[in-house]
Amino acid sequence: MTEHIEAGAYTFAYLDEQTKRMIRRAILKGIAVPGYQVPFASREMPMPYGWGTGGVQVTAACLVPEDRLKVIDQGADDTTNAVSIRRFFQRTAGVATTEATTEATVIQTRHRIPETPLKAGQILVYQVPIPEPLRFLEPRETETRKMHELEEYGLMHVKLYEDIARHGQIATSYAYPVKVEGRYVMDPSPIPRFDNPKLSGNPAIQLFGAGREQRIYALPPWTEVVSLDFDDHPFQTSKAPHDCDLCGAQDSYLDEVITDDQGGRMFVCSDTDFCEGRRAKGHAGRLGGDQKSSKTFANSFEGIWPGTEGAR
Amino acid sequence: MIATRPADTADALEGGFTEAPIQSARAFREILEAMARPGTIRRVQGARPPEPLSVAAGVALLVLTDPTTRLHLAGRADCAEVRDWVAFHIGAPLTRAEEADFAVGTWEALHPVSRFRIGQPDYPDRSATLIVEVDRLVNHGPALTGPGIETATWLNLPETAAFRANRALFPLGFDTLFTAGDRIAGLPRSTRVEAI
Repeated sequence: MTEHIEAGAYTFAYLDEQTKRMIRRAILKGIAVPGYQVPFASREMPMPYGWGTGGVQVTAACLVPEDRLKVIDQGADDTTNAVSIRRFFQRTAGVATTEATTEATVIQTRHRIPETPLKAGQILVYQVPIPEPLRFLEPRETETRKMHELEEYGLMHVKLYEDIARHGQIATSYAYPVKVEGRYVMDPSPIPRFDNPKLSGNPAIQLFGAGREQRIYALPPWTEVVSLDFDDHPFQTSKAPHDCDLCGAQDSYLDEVITDDQGGRMFVCSDTDFCEGRRAKGHAGRLGGDQKSSKTFANSFEGIWPGTEGAR
Repeated sequence: MIATRPADTADALEGGFTEAPIQSARAFREILEAMARPGTIRRVQGARPPEPLSVAAGVALLVLTDPTTRLHLAGRADCAEVRDWVAFHIGAPLTRAEEADFAVGTWEALHPVSRFRIGQPDYPDRSATLIVEVDRLVNHGPALTGPGIETATWLNLPETAAFRANRALFPLGFDTLFTAGDRIAGLPRSTRVEAI
């Protein structure tokens, strides 16, 4: 669909200047206190809460006309959420867009960190549904705020311990809590714990925006981020024990896709750009011999993939 | 506001952003990089504030302050020209140091920096940001380590004791932007400072 928008129909990057100043001040305070959730006056955006309004506001406050924007939704560039946010900024900021991680200067993401390592000069903006890592253990904001103030994180370790007591291992597989620079316990957003190691020592700036919950937090480059664990149950990443069926990658995070009603299934890279890149270089997995790309394949499943951000 | 000196009022109307959304976006990106990578020196443009403010200090004020932020003008920065310029382009209420969200001036004028807000234990973000005017910025001097710095970097800070004391308050503390001409560098409270 082609859309003709009059030049100047929107102020650059949609938000008014006073709103952007407020968000920018919150981002800078977030950078100064890594892992601390800065309250901000989240605005109504032209999309519902739960669709990345926090990330969109942070991206809008950071974008410059020279940026090249990439938007991913659980690793994919071409799912509904990613497409609509990318189009939103094409329309309101006129920025160039890309699907290549290496070419992007700003990457807005829902629930994944790209497989391709990020570099200095890039900004990774996370969409966050529930920014408070302690929220499901303690519903009162007054209490969780006090717990962060006093560095009272014992409850989180009790939760992880109960995981071990019940399942024999830490069963938290996404939104795995981390400690930032030895001070704040932080929710890394619902990324799979497979991605947790990429949070630490990352050369890119990582910004987190929670629109409905009105919080912004940040990780400056090279920040130390440690996944919580126990000496006798150290943190471990996890992924499906398969190779990608399209590109054959052994070390990427995989989505399981049901292919028929006979129990057939396949595993494909969740990061579509990474998978495409490998296939373009000639790598092929179990089912990767034909010309069907992961992208067209993913498209055929659009609509039945769950998109409920708040669900846990 | 009634200007007492009409001749200066004309000047006060000049020197703001001519294309605010774009210029403030580019400037903020530089400030973000400066604050996220302490010690790196970035360049900003677009503001022409009255003496004695530098271009970079003017840009920082235009990008970050507005009628919702209390601003403290310290020392020579607290003059009629700057007050008029701030009133017209920014509209930030001027206040004393102890209440300020932002403060601008030379390091000497801002002293003692222990009077600035350092945030509250439950809201460490409610702290002051100091815009410190310096003569020049070079990557030489006290060593900086901490978040945003891969190993170590250096910056010609006006002193180290005050910043070490500020770091000791973490997660409380003020945050600092250094400005010289069109150059800007950041020193958040998280940075460890060591004299060498």
